[in-house]
Amino acid sequence: MSWVGKSLRRKEDDRLVRGHGLFTDDELGEGMLHLYILRSPYAHARINSIDTSAAEALPGVACVLTGKDVLEHCDPYMQLGPGPTAEILDYSLARDKALYQGEPVAAVAAETPQLAMDAGQLIDVDYDMLDAVMDVETALENEILVHDNIGTNQTWNGVYEYGDVDQAFADAAHVVKIDRLHFHRYSSTPLENNACVAEWTRHGEVEFLCNNNFAGFAKQLLAPGLRLPIEKIRVRTFDVGGAFGNKIWNYVYMALCALASKKTGGRRVKWSEIRTEHLLASGHGNERTYLDTEVALDGDGVITAIRSRHLDDCGAYTRYEPLGCVIFSQVLAATYKLRNIRIEMTQAVTNKCPVVPNRGYSRMQQLWFMERVVDICAHELGIPADEMRLKNYITDFPYETPNGCVYDSGDYPKMLDMAKELVEWDKWVAYRDEARAAGRHVGIGIGTTLDSGTNNFGQAQIMNPYLPFSGNAEACIIRLDFDGAVVVTLGTGPSGQGHETSASQVVADELNIDPAMVTVRSGFDTNWNTFVGHSGSYASQFAVTGLSAVHGACQKLKAEMRQLAAFMLEASEEDLVLGVGDEGPELRVKGTDKFVNYWAMSNIVNNNNAVLQGELPDVTLNVRHVYRPPFKVPDVEKKFGNLTLTYAAQLHIAVVEIDPATSRVEIKAYAAVDDCGTVINPQIAHGQVHGATVHGIGAAIMESFDYDETGNLLTSTFSDYCPITSVNTPDIAYGNIETPSPFSYNGAKGMGEGGGAPVHTMSAAVQDALHGAGVIVTDSFTSPPRVFDMIRNPNRETAVSVDSR
Amino acid sequence: MSTTEVVAHEVDKIPVEITVNGTVYRREVEPRLLLVQFIREDLRLTGTHIGCDTTYCGACTILLDGEPVKSCTMLAVQADGSDVQTVESLEKDGELHPLQTAFSENHGLQCGYCTPGMLMSSVALLAKNPNPSDKDIRKGIQGNLCRCTGYHNIFKSIEAAAAAMREE
Repeated sequence: MSWVGKSLRRKEDDRLVRGHGLFTDDELGEGMLHLYILRSPYAHARINSIDTSAAEALPGVACVLTGKDVLEHCDPYMQLGPGPTAEILDYSLARDKALYQGEPVAAVAAETPQLAMDAGQLIDVDYDMLDAVMDVETALENEILVHDNIGTNQTWNGVYEYGDVDQAFADAAHVVKIDRLHFHRYSSTPLENNACVAEWTRHGEVEFLCNNNFAGFAKQLLAPGLRLPIEKIRVRTFDVGGAFGNKIWNYVYMALCALASKKTGGRRVKWSEIRTEHLLASGHGNERTYLDTEVALDGDGVITAIRSRHLDDCGAYTRYEPLGCVIFSQVLAATYKLRNIRIEMTQAVTNKCPVVPNRGYSRMQQLWFMERVVDICAHELGIPADEMRLKNYITDFPYETPNGCVYDSGDYPKMLDMAKELVEWDKWVAYRDEARAAGRHVGIGIGTTLDSGTNNFGQAQIMNPYLPFSGNAEACIIRLDFDGAVVVTLGTGPSGQGHETSASQVVADELNIDPAMVTVRSGFDTNWNTFVGHSGSYASQFAVTGLSAVHGACQKLKAEMRQLAAFMLEASEEDLVLGVGDEGPELRVKGTDKFVNYWAMSNIVNNNNAVLQGELPDVTLNVRHVYRPPFKVPDVEKKFGNLTLTYAAQLHIAVVEIDPATSRVEIKAYAAVDDCGTVINPQIAHGQVHGATVHGIGAAIMESFDYDETGNLLTSTFSDYCPITSVNTPDIAYGNIETPSPFSYNGAKGMGEGGGAPVHTMSAAVQDALHGAGVIVTDSFTSPPRVFDMIRNPNRETAVSVDSR
Repeated sequence: MSTTEVVAHEVDKIPVEITVNGTVYRREVEPRLLLVQFIREDLRLTGTHIGCDTTYCGACTILLDGEPVKSCTMLAVQADGSDVQTVESLEKDGELHPLQTAFSENHGLQCGYCTPGMLMSSVALLAKNPNPSDKDIRKGIQGNLCRCTGYHNIFKSIEAAAAAMREE
């Protein structure tokens, strides 16, 4: 009997379906102040003066903050980047210049949210609008500087070179050149906006209730920013209404609430972001441009080499960047076996919203690039897209990539077969061919992707050799409460992934009890939960790091319980079996009526320890385990090393037809096959796949952060940004295979991000539909206006060239 | 250039009488107070969430005299004399509403932030149409965004609840 592998109904649901969740905005304590943030209407503007007198005079206003206050009370946030990038000055409020539309310029704390907003309108900011840098190529010309003090807009540059690229091109039968590709800006926009309540206590500590999904990291950034020791910062989270990586950097707002609390004598200060603020200024996904791509292929269509220049636009501040300039290399050659690669990665700041890790962070941009390369080569050489993939897929595992990553397991051809069957491939090929003969645009696209999980933080040293980070870890505490209840606390702060449920399934299996007998504490608190620097919910790792920590803690608890039970029952440890008897969870001498239940054991340790007569001094029934994956520090010079532990895979197929009247991409059929190794809870895993798939479809055809040339965000409400709805969602035929990871104790692979598979798949399908009309899909966003333009302005002549020898 | 706009001024409060989940509340509210703020902040019923402030996402959906309404786009004073039902009204005598059970059993929620609004739209849908087709369900919740589930398990949940309610 195993609980792992079952679709157990989630523990979290009991409160959530009742409306009894505790989201940060639900905190309604008496006497709180409310923060309103005044934001720059301009993308790039000099701030000449700020007159706050009218706002301060409004009854009910407790304090007004401007750049002067942050300079007086705060230090700039730690920067991860090397060289000049390290000198970027990032505070919670703009100082002399606003660097993107929506950048916080001033803040008001008042007795009600309405009063705070009123007061915000009374702040008079005198701006001089400056020319804005709105694309990465212009930024790299350095004629307009975003951060004047660092003298450049370039935040990172490095070359990833492996194998013998020049020789591979000299030997190639075909060289395909792709002029330019572009991955657009979007984000997964969790339905719950950012929110925070902060209190600067009279003891000089700052307590936060917030929805940051990487609380341990936030603490490390907030403490120096607020000029406090790390232990003076307490970060609590409870229910988080979706995060998708986006909530990692709301610490800039947390600090603002803390500062307002400090200035008002320790009153609690609450801030709840509104949606337009979220879209303008809470973080966008990385936008990337790929120039001068050249692909070498042999006579059979096997790709032998790639060289390319990638330009990443990180927006106005680096924040979590330039980590994306390394993280993409976890999937450098995607699912393909080529060994000769030269990619120059450059990143620059622009006058746009700063980027933030978003579901599929930085790997998705590389996977999209590789899938575009494969499809463009296939179309140009007349090789069917499925055959092209079979010629190029990696097939032997574990597989060491040219840059030293180790793909643990997988079977991409099998996934392709399954996806073709699910989508009814032959039927749709016939449909496509008939439709084409009738002049309609129908296409079938394949997207193969990887969801690399459990980061080796050592990769940060490839980005900046001075960063003292490497490896990864997660922590868990398991203990018996006074009544014998099994209580688990985790280091992670989930946002809908069902950690309480999955963890209880693991514990139930290990202790041979029912998951209903396991309490996994909801929420996270840096004062009371156990955690390490890597703890958090991000980068597809809970099934590996989180559950390995739970599993390890269970082993320690079992060992202690065996020792104690053996002492109490005067039995040998080997004769004891774990299970559930008439008096609850117990240890029993095999085949006898001699047993001791959890309550009795807990009572001896916690309340009645004299009976131990000094024996078993190390048994506490309250044990901590930290799981550490077996990583080495990468070779920084060679940019070589294993950067992630597991590689879940996704294979999607879409059939699309382009509406001739509206240019809308209609999805006729869609299949998604997933491989995340051993599945812990099939319903949860399935739900993650569906969620990631629909996110990606929305991103491909509906959702984009579009700016005009002066830096106005044109999609700053949901009505303009158009998140995908129930009526735009296609039916999805779902399948999964399990290739257990040899590197995790349970065979699981981290999952949930989905590798952006639908974005690649939709680009491929649209290109298949329009290739005959002379169109190469060079942008990841294929909304109706974009498709309309593509059909009217076929680009194949300039977008791609083939040199065959 | 200057961005000042003078908007702040003293406002008179207006008395309202609104029935929420069967209880009559008489309060004085600012004319600009949104119905969702009244529900969440004045009545402390925080099951009704705010997701977009612009009538797009449906996280704030409640029933107003039986009709689904996005409470972020209605003033509290407009609800004067009305009967409001929120997610907190669904559980009766410790028994979950069939929709609540179905959402949990079919994994129709992940983070749970959209769930109260989804449930209220679904209650309204099934009240009008006890046997909805897939298309009816999609249209019934097209004003409710979910960013986690990809909707499919929500469709399944509503279908399962409809079947269970027809059997009752």
